[in-house]
Amino acid sequence: MRMARRRNASEISYGLVMGGLAVLALLILVGPVLVVLATSFTDSRSIRFPPEGFSIRWYALLLDAGRSRQIHRAAGNTLQVALVSAGLATLLGTAAALGLSRLAGRAGRAADAFLMSPLVLPGLAFGLAALMYFTLLGFRPSLELIIAGHLVVVAPFVLRTVGASLSQLDPALLDASLSLGASPLHGFRRITLPLIAPGIAAGAFLAFMASVDNVPVSLFLSSARTDMLPIRMWGMMESTLDVRVAAVSGTLVLAAFLLMLVMERFTGLTRRMRG
Amino acid sequence: MSGAAALAAAPAGRAAAPARARRLTPWGLAAPLGLAYAAFFVAPLLMLVAVSFYADERMTRWGLDQWRRFLLDGFHWKVVADTLLLGLKSVVATTLLGFPFALLYRGASPRWQRVLLFVAVMPLLTSVVVRTFAWIVILGREGVVNQLVLGLGLAAEPLRLLQTELGLVISLTQIEMPLLLLPLLSVMARIDPRLLDASASLGASPWRTLFRVILPLAAPGLAAGCLLVFASSTTAFISQSVIGGGRLVYLPAMIWQQAMVVANWPFAATAAIALLVSVSAVIAVIAYAGRVAAGHAHG
Repeated sequence: MRMARRRNASEISYGLVMGGLAVLALLILVGPVLVVLATSFTDSRSIRFPPEGFSIRWYALLLDAGRSRQIHRAAGNTLQVALVSAGLATLLGTAAALGLSRLAGRAGRAADAFLMSPLVLPGLAFGLAALMYFTLLGFRPSLELIIAGHLVVVAPFVLRTVGASLSQLDPALLDASLSLGASPLHGFRRITLPLIAPGIAAGAFLAFMASVDNVPVSLFLSSARTDMLPIRMWGMMESTLDVRVAAVSGTLVLAAFLLMLVMERFTGLTRRMRG
Repeated sequence: MSGAAALAAAPAGRAAAPARARRLTPWGLAAPLGLAYAAFFVAPLLMLVAVSFYADERMTRWGLDQWRRFLLDGFHWKVVADTLLLGLKSVVATTLLGFPFALLYRGASPRWQRVLLFVAVMPLLTSVVVRTFAWIVILGREGVVNQLVLGLGLAAEPLRLLQTELGLVISLTQIEMPLLLLPLLSVMARIDPRLLDASASLGASPWRTLFRVILPLAAPGLAAGCLLVFASSTTAFISQSVIGGGRLVYLPAMIWQQAMVVANWPFAATAAIALLVSVSAVIAVIAYAGRVAAGHAHG
């Protein structure tokens, strides 16, 4: 009887504490995104929550080619760098993942750890290293250098998602096609590639987003001419706290949301990210 | 497994040709990315080490001057300690909220699991700068929190949350939580619910089940997540400088300041190596702890 009561008390305390913390986690995950969206539609000249009035004037200002030229250029650079670096990372990363999946033993594990290491390495140290390296080699700041830097940072995302799809692939399928006389290339094109395509797409998407979002490398490699969006936004936040920051943020949130819904539909993105 | 069996079962002569192709290509496939890493990753890091051994900021002669300057000044050690502590605080805060979230996920129906997973991933795909900006709006003098606190009469004056470490840790909790959740949710989903039923029917309280059954089973995912949160929050320059402000000095700000404002590259390189080494050391400890805990769960 007493034990049952104690049991009950502990169940109630468990439910309250864990439930409360989980709700807090939900709130803290979703809240800020909603706050940004709401703030971006303010009618006021200052950033405040709840926003005063409703207007799209900051979005209109953001679209104004003359008055937001710097932001447009930074956004263009960011998009260009992300497309090229994610494209290269997808190509090289998929090939490397295919290679790694067939490497067993210590050497294979070491190669895997090496290629994944940019993910846990302090990005800022690498950004500074890249700046010194390119400058001392005599290069001037350019988008190509930023692409090279981003390639290293975003490739692990492709390696991880493609590696995960390959590990779920039944090798018997490929062996069956080979033993039925198909060439290895044919087997790859008709069996492996279609089965890992969603993994490749998810990896390409994550690499693209990681490049758009990158701060540590762009911080050191971008210049006035090769300005990148996150760095420009940082400048806007540090100086005047221009309400356009909210509009840029709102645009990025909506774009990410739409892209994510599309990717979820075609690649089951979130499941793949969960690994 | 089944592949190896199929290969072993194949006639020896037939297996020989593909087997040779298999032995040759793996390294060849990995080579292009490996070469890109050599040129754009390993070489720059070696250059970083080399630059740190220049004695003067004009980089004219070699010497250990910068290292001596960094290591012999207590202030620099304090910055290193503060940076690592910030990372650990973020890890603790994200775990405190993220683990219950993962438990909620584990118990949810497949439909709700998809929703929760979406919620967990969404912040990851909204730029770090956007997330940082959100917290300025929330924690500022006229922000959400202060409006609430003043409105409820909990305080007479607005709380100072921006430019404090508390505010920074709160922000990093949201900014970095997805990195913890992704690996954690994946191990949680794989925990056999019958184990929890067994634990309960043997008389264990939910708390005991949590600490003796769930936690050890989830340890590898938890360690993987903590590792990413630690690495990311110690290098989160923009969040640290915008929310933390100028008075809280962490290694990233010091590196940036030395490299871009003072233009003392050798000292910046020294500080960057200090960041690299100290963060990697903690990461190695976390990874080791995760392996030990996982070993207990299986043993």
